[in-house]
Amino acid sequence: MTDTKVTLCGTVLDNPVIPASGTFGYGYEFAELYDINILGTFSFKGTTREPRFGNPTPRIAECASGMLNAVGLQNPGVEKVISEELPKLSKVFHKKVMANVSGFSLDDYVYTCEKLDKCEQVGWLEVNISCPNVHGGGMSFGTSAKSAYEVTSAVKRAVKKPVIIKLSPNVTDITAIAKACEDAGADGISLINTLLAMRIDLKTRRPLLRNITGGLSGPAVFPVAVRMVYQCAKSVKIPIIGMGGVSSAEDVIEMMLAGATAVEVGAENLVDPFASKRIIEALPTVMEKYGIEKLSDITGGSL
Amino acid sequence: MKQGLFEIRENIPLTQNVWKMTLQGDCSAITAPGQFVNIRLDGLYLRRPISVCDVDGDRLTLIYKVVGRGTEKMSQMKEETLDLISGLGNGYDLEKSGNAPLLIGGGVGVPPLYLLAKALKKEGKYVSVILGFNTKSEIFYEDDFKALDCDVRVATADGSYGIKGFVTDALCGIKYTHVYTCGPEPMLKAVYKNITTSGQFSFEERMGCGFGACMGCTCKTVTGYKRICRDGPVLFKEEINFDD
Repeated sequence: MTDTKVTLCGTVLDNPVIPASGTFGYGYEFAELYDINILGTFSFKGTTREPRFGNPTPRIAECASGMLNAVGLQNPGVEKVISEELPKLSKVFHKKVMANVSGFSLDDYVYTCEKLDKCEQVGWLEVNISCPNVHGGGMSFGTSAKSAYEVTSAVKRAVKKPVIIKLSPNVTDITAIAKACEDAGADGISLINTLLAMRIDLKTRRPLLRNITGGLSGPAVFPVAVRMVYQCAKSVKIPIIGMGGVSSAEDVIEMMLAGATAVEVGAENLVDPFASKRIIEALPTVMEKYGIEKLSDITGGSL
Repeated sequence: MKQGLFEIRENIPLTQNVWKMTLQGDCSAITAPGQFVNIRLDGLYLRRPISVCDVDGDRLTLIYKVVGRGTEKMSQMKEETLDLISGLGNGYDLEKSGNAPLLIGGGVGVPPLYLLAKALKKEGKYVSVILGFNTKSEIFYEDDFKALDCDVRVATADGSYGIKGFVTDALCGIKYTHVYTCGPEPMLKAVYKNITTSGQFSFEERMGCGFGACMGCTCKTVTGYKRICRDGPVLFKEEINFDD
């Protein structure tokens, strides 16, 4: 018998598989396809203080083994998420959900996190300081250790639930940012958000994305993500959620060996809506193949 | 929506760069004309959304124009199996048609109107169709619409066949109760300005997932933000906001 359970910041998950924010909406598109209660949990669509339309289209481009997006944090705003999305979600998902939060100022982050912290359904706050597709916020908080520290400590002072800071790979030394978050009291970190990228249309000679740049995700970024999770695991003691191009049970195990406690699945949900289910169902077989009885034992196994 | 495997039964060119692919598989998720399928292709990360031209039992017809790597790959396929997500999008609402619906299609906007015409004829409606193409050599499906007993007019931009001009130049004299349209955005805008009744417009946008999860294809409408893949691709005339 294999045991896929892991513990994330004090809460036991049936398995480490967590659909990543922005690839799973607020859950119900997928609940039409399968019972999403099989998931460890999922991280819902990045939520901000005010409603946001996001960026103009085209917001999506493709590359070898991956995709670029420049959605720009489209969301109905925290009030509506709490009054409309969460009640709808409660009908199809009975576990604690991870609330993903973005902001454009320290006040924004604190305000939105405080609101979501009070929601019974929310188990963790994943604070996104790494969105590459918005201006004057998002990633700008995650590219300096000082501002990462400030956001983390401000949010930590305001909330009771575990705070997981989502880090950007678009930095010279991700371990410096990870350490700053740990020092500021973060309960965990998640990485990597997308890599800043760009494509150009040969016919029009213009960028394919209206936002010019976008965030790269998909299998193309997996080795980068493994490297960064490994580096962070060597530098901090708080749990790490590994993500970036995960598309199989083998990838989940590799991420965990690099140091991840749990693993988020992102872009793969978009090309294969059953991806997270497929990965969860494959885990026991792949664990047996590699002689793993208890999945949580392998976290950091390569360090 | 449903994910399933479909066998290619036929894949033939209709014009120089427009192809018709017939597939066999479980079409039960396709519930309305104007919906689309999202096709996984080897070596390409994102699926390719293609509108449904016809469904007959387990036979699915797709008509696509070769415009990039995905459609080029499709045009080279023979007897292969394709992974499709079918039954995507809202599709056209037949109840709004009135007795004499008018269908206006431009270029590869024509295919989804075929299944719609079939459904409307089945309900005993008097169906008028305007098909717009750039030039005579690009025309396809004129005879197929005629075979359904629709009143068909063809317009070509260069005047090489039918009425010279755009689809809106072919409107004159047609009595209609509701308009269904699909085509390039400039055509949709022209139709929007020229029709005198209510209507339903099918839009196109670059998509990520095709089923509403990624917010990659959202547009602004009078009634709020809509995901073209999930809340569309068909929007009602009164919802459309062409200014943004």
